[in-house]
Amino acid sequence: MEQKKHWQSFGELNKSEAYNNEVQNEFKEELPFVEDESTLEKGESFLQAKAPRRDFLKYVGFSTAAAAVAASCEMPIKKSIPFANKPEDIAPGIADYYATTYVQDGDVVSVLAKVRDGRPIKLEGNDLSPLTGGGTSARVQAAVLDLYDTARLRFPTIGVKEATFEAIDKAIASELAGNTVIVTSSITSPTTKKVVAQFLAKHPGSKHVTYDAVSNSAMLLANEACYGKRVIPSYHFEKAKAIVSLSADFLGTWLNPVAFAKQYAVGKKLDEKNPAMSKHIHFETVASMTGSNADEKYLCRPSEMGLVAAALLSAVKGTGVTGVTDEKLKAGIEAAAKALTANQGAALVVAGSDDVNVQILVNAINATVGANGTTINFGTTVNYRQGVDSEFATLVDDMNAGKVNSILFYGANPVYTWPNAEKVKSGLAKVKTTISFNAKLDETTALCKYVIPAPHFLESWGDAEPATGYISFLQPTISPLFKTRAFEDSLLKWSGDASDYTTYLKNEWSAKLGGEAAWNKILQAGVSNPAAETFAGATLNATAVSSALAAVSATKPSTKIELVLYQKVGIGVGQGAANPWLQELPDPVTRATWDNYIIVSPAMAKSLLNIDLNNPGQADAYEVKPPKQVVKLTVDGKSIELPVLIVPGTHPQTVGIAVGYGRAEALGKSVIGTGKNAYPLACIENGNVHFNCSNVTLTPTGETYPVALTQTHFRYDTEQGNRTEVMKEISLASYIKHPTEIREERDHEFRLITEGGDKMKEFEALEKFEKEATIYPVYDRPGIKWGMSVDLNSCNGCGACVVACNAENNVSVVGKPEVLRGHEMHWLRIDKYYSGDMENPKVVFQPLMCQHCDNAPCENVCPVAATNHSSEGLNQMTYNRCIGTRYCANNCPFKVRRFNWADYTGADSFSDNQVGVVNDVVLDMNDDLSRMVLNPDVTVRSRGVIEKCSFCVQRLQAAKLDAKKDSRPMVDADVKVACQQSCPTNAINFGNANDKHSAISKVRVDNPNRQFYVLEQLHVLPNVTYLAKVRNIDEEHAAAGHDSKAEHKTEAAHDTKAAHKTEAAH
Amino acid sequence: MTILRSLAKIVSIFLLITLSSSIGNHLNAQDGKALFSQNCASCHAVNKKLTGPALAGVEDRWPEKKNLYAWIKNSAAFLKTGDPYATKLYEEYNKTAMNNFPGLSDADIDAILAYIKTVPAAGAAPAGGAAVAGAPTEDQSDSTLVFGLLTLILAVVSLILLQVNSNLKKLSDDKVGIPATDPVPFFRNKAYIAFIAIVLFILGGYMTTVGAIDLGRSKDYQPEQPIYYSHKVHAGVNQINCQYCHTGTYQGKQATLPSVNVCMNCHAAINEYKGEPLVRENGDVVDGTNEIKKLYKYAGFTEGQPWDPSQAKPIEWVRIHNLPDHVYFNHAQHVNAGQVACQQCHGDIQNMGEVKQFSDLSMGWCINCHRQSEVKFKENGFYSIYETFHQDLKSGKLDSAKGITVEKIGGTECQKCHY
Repeated sequence: MEQKKHWQSFGELNKSEAYNNEVQNEFKEELPFVEDESTLEKGESFLQAKAPRRDFLKYVGFSTAAAAVAASCEMPIKKSIPFANKPEDIAPGIADYYATTYVQDGDVVSVLAKVRDGRPIKLEGNDLSPLTGGGTSARVQAAVLDLYDTARLRFPTIGVKEATFEAIDKAIASELAGNTVIVTSSITSPTTKKVVAQFLAKHPGSKHVTYDAVSNSAMLLANEACYGKRVIPSYHFEKAKAIVSLSADFLGTWLNPVAFAKQYAVGKKLDEKNPAMSKHIHFETVASMTGSNADEKYLCRPSEMGLVAAALLSAVKGTGVTGVTDEKLKAGIEAAAKALTANQGAALVVAGSDDVNVQILVNAINATVGANGTTINFGTTVNYRQGVDSEFATLVDDMNAGKVNSILFYGANPVYTWPNAEKVKSGLAKVKTTISFNAKLDETTALCKYVIPAPHFLESWGDAEPATGYISFLQPTISPLFKTRAFEDSLLKWSGDASDYTTYLKNEWSAKLGGEAAWNKILQAGVSNPAAETFAGATLNATAVSSALAAVSATKPSTKIELVLYQKVGIGVGQGAANPWLQELPDPVTRATWDNYIIVSPAMAKSLLNIDLNNPGQADAYEVKPPKQVVKLTVDGKSIELPVLIVPGTHPQTVGIAVGYGRAEALGKSVIGTGKNAYPLACIENGNVHFNCSNVTLTPTGETYPVALTQTHFRYDTEQGNRTEVMKEISLASYIKHPTEIREERDHEFRLITEGGDKMKEFEALEKFEKEATIYPVYDRPGIKWGMSVDLNSCNGCGACVVACNAENNVSVVGKPEVLRGHEMHWLRIDKYYSGDMENPKVVFQPLMCQHCDNAPCENVCPVAATNHSSEGLNQMTYNRCIGTRYCANNCPFKVRRFNWADYTGADSFSDNQVGVVNDVVLDMNDDLSRMVLNPDVTVRSRGVIEKCSFCVQRLQAAKLDAKKDSRPMVDADVKVACQQSCPTNAINFGNANDKHSAISKVRVDNPNRQFYVLEQLHVLPNVTYLAKVRNIDEEHAAAGHDSKAEHKTEAAHDTKAAHKTEAAH
Repeated sequence: MTILRSLAKIVSIFLLITLSSSIGNHLNAQDGKALFSQNCASCHAVNKKLTGPALAGVEDRWPEKKNLYAWIKNSAAFLKTGDPYATKLYEEYNKTAMNNFPGLSDADIDAILAYIKTVPAAGAAPAGGAAVAGAPTEDQSDSTLVFGLLTLILAVVSLILLQVNSNLKKLSDDKVGIPATDPVPFFRNKAYIAFIAIVLFILGGYMTTVGAIDLGRSKDYQPEQPIYYSHKVHAGVNQINCQYCHTGTYQGKQATLPSVNVCMNCHAAINEYKGEPLVRENGDVVDGTNEIKKLYKYAGFTEGQPWDPSQAKPIEWVRIHNLPDHVYFNHAQHVNAGQVACQQCHGDIQNMGEVKQFSDLSMGWCINCHRQSEVKFKENGFYSIYETFHQDLKSGKLDSAKGITVEKIGGTECQKCHY
């Protein structure tokens, strides 16, 4: 195997001193006592201080007295209050699942809501939806926390005063007249659209404007120009063998990433016996999640994208690459064209560009490679984004011209998201009646006279049609927590319709489905799907293409620094900003939390900030301490000051900033002090919003700002220093040529440490390793042995599993100050590894949770046996026994154990312990309302104990009990762990490895060549298997050729063997 | 001989058959009571009209027993045959349909009928009066006192001997001529002081430990409840199945307390208490009928008027069995999968007036039971995956008399209860 180096940090790449020092330490800092230096003489350590003994005795005395007082108090009397009349379907302690739908602006994902004792606590994907097929995203997983957001509006208001619905209805009845405009984000609900239409009909002169913060106007307009229809077709990545993306982040934020991730994974799953994969070539400007997953990635400027599209069009037409001079980029376009033409009819090109001409060229390419009707279906169009920017731009002008009498906002928040927010504000001031239906006091709602907060989707009735014919239904899973009223209810009332929306919806669907019984039945499934998707192509309008081509060819790429405004997977256009789970989710690209920042390439870091990452000292100075240099970015007279993060895989002359930050403080504690609003930097051209700007100037301010970057947290070193024991990656070409390469390498490594290894047959060492490479006995696992398998080919690092784990296991939010100290509590982290060229490296994501080692090093060192092994192979953690020595965390080779440094959950007896220690976000998570999201089956941990992944033991126990109740053996369908269930690509498999028919056993049997365990040579015997990443590239080995590799191997073998012998001699 | 032997065989078989059939009959009579309380008691009493008619003399009222069977198994279907008596009955009880009992066999119904006959008519003194099984004889021969006395005597004797010894030493010293040292009073004697200090330390340590272990435990906790609810009357005397009220025991984590509407299923009709006097442990006599009135207050029920369930308010019972938050306990696991009787943890519940915590609910108590109790290893299909254990049981490698305990399949591991 190639000795390919995978690295997480620049320090690791350079083997810097700071890296070497830091990797020795489990925790980022010294014992916290030392920080309190006030009592110490200069240069003294804690133990030499004047009065530690007395203080110690004081603490002992106080804690004994406190314990005695607390204990001698009488037991509190607890009440047990049953229902007055028990509803038939609620049994305390037993969860019910209701099929409903996650709807946030245009995003739609069919889900099942887990409702425990009347409150929804977890969302799972609905398997019956063919679009998302049980997959979810980080934002879907976090949505349940929004329900219990303390910053939600609790009652309707006029001005800022609480008012009744009747009072508002009365006031509005007299005010609504002529020129009324309803501004919404994309509405996917057919019934809501009908209600809106009914309202518009009742109020002549009124209109509906769809406004998406980050719209897909360019696609809609391009399709209108090319095909005469202002629609977005449905895409089928699962049918594509060649995928080319022109900076479309389709796995992260583009249209419906959950569905696309599911489809994309189909082509990326590898059948070992018949190895074939789809090929994904990505052209990008600023590093994105989708680009990180691409087989090949090429960098270009945002202003160059049109030329790339034109060159690609020319290349697929067989006329060669024209107009692109950069050699690497040219090679990339040639490779893309080759892949597309080779897979005629199974090829797909997508573009994230907001330039209509680029989208038209992409349409032309797709038409040339036979995508229409195969991988692109115009028979089923999607409704995720319907807004066209220019319509809203016109509205803003109308408002300022005083042409609008009243305006209604639902979902849309232009005061925050429109680049020229001042113009929206001045326009709003001229509108007589302003009404907002938004659930929180966001930037627009704060300027509205009437506020009628809409309920959360988990409290609502409704429907959604993400794609033609695919309906997903919403049903309430809890009574409305606050005095809220559905948007549709208000519209119905104001259009003189006496029926409420629930009845309206029910009547609507009962009529469509043929009766109330059918309606009730469909609610159980939650979705209604067409029998089969009919595929249809569309005929391309050639004149549109030629004019687009002419327009693109006329533009010249900028030579200055360019800016790209992008969306983060967790925060989106800003909806996730108030959600602590999403704020603390490390961004897949940068692994930073709680902020936005300017992303620059290593090359620009050198030229702009004088940080040469190849110089170990400078890399450390950048990387080891959280404060990052702040740079002032100016474009078109607008400027923003943000810290700079260096992210390899970004174009040298392009910088990126995430939108969605810098929100109004009324949205919740999470938005306070997190990031700055980047929307004003976007520009409006002919009414279209462009999120790329050229002619950017960057000036370092000389200040610094700490960024809670987790990329370098919980790092662990390996003996060889290039992480081959941690991450295995191979190219498809190498794999086809030599499928057993990884297996041989493992076998070879095991031989060195297994008794009698030299004489063994091929692969014998793999089998004998467990028994013969140790002095420990091998234990029986008589019934169940839990096992997990993670397919690195399918994992795209989206973070849905991380948030799902938060929700399922009551994992604490710790807030930015604590993340800065490396105290984040995530049980599951997604490690991001780079390899290759620093400017444009390959990226692999590796979800890492407790490996549940059968020879767990953490277990041996616990002085109180708080962590030990179960007969089912679980590494158990008993919080009540833990005394917080942290020996286990120190001894864990994978660094997956988390210590409760502070009272993050409010579980301590003394609430004062939180004051001044944890920040407002954490305190807010302990609010009675926020705590309703806690899973009652999982203990809330208190200060001073270690916690870690439990393999969702509460689910395992429940699964076994279900089987026992039915008197049958447990099967795969009984148990799904939270991370596995949330994953849109089914990258995680879990089950009973003792059962030969279980999925996990099959994965392990079917993939002998790709399977490996992390750090397996330590003989800790993890229960989590990984399937090596196979990248669909032609080159056989990136660093070394096959022959040199063989040589290298012998050499390495020789060295290690020699070392081994010397050791034995000692 | 062979003839004799076969004769003996025949006789013994005959005896066996008669015996078993007599046992069968006996079981039937007992079953009748159980079947009655399980199936009928929520709507019928023997001597009193409830939702349905009083059942005393029911056999005589029905013209044909065959009809009665049919009626009980499926009243609606029988009603359609147009039987005049059934129709009359239906009309009389405001067209309230009787539940169907397809699960009851003719034999079961006979057993119920047989039980009904054994119940004395209302007003008649209960046969044999309250058959007192005699106060439980306190034969816990407490020998602590004897041992204590013995220890005391021995201690006094040893003290005397020590004194004698020192006197003798003094005498012998005098004789030899060693000058006598000043006598040290015992409270200054270092040996005594050390000895007493050690004893006090051990005693104090022991008591502190025992006391500390007891903290937070509440065995015998018996709070006063908002309504004097007697399990003895309901589960003991009237044999109502535990799960009629505690519906969650078989399916879920919590056993659940019955909601007011469950109480009112029966108490809409049962408005007075006529059983044995109810006495609290402190000797206070409780007026059962008054307690039912308290229930009516919660239910918002006025006697003689139809009950409107929406008027009900929940009853705030005082929780008796409290487990710490870090313990996961699931009733279904024990009652359903493990087939553990309620009494094993809750004690003689069917004879308790107000409920008292029977077990200390300590971890030691849990673990002990897990060590000793067998799982339903052969009966429950879940355990079929433990192939080696099944083989070992067959081959005798594992003691089949001892069976597979909960501990053996990992029931004492931390994360079986703590997660």
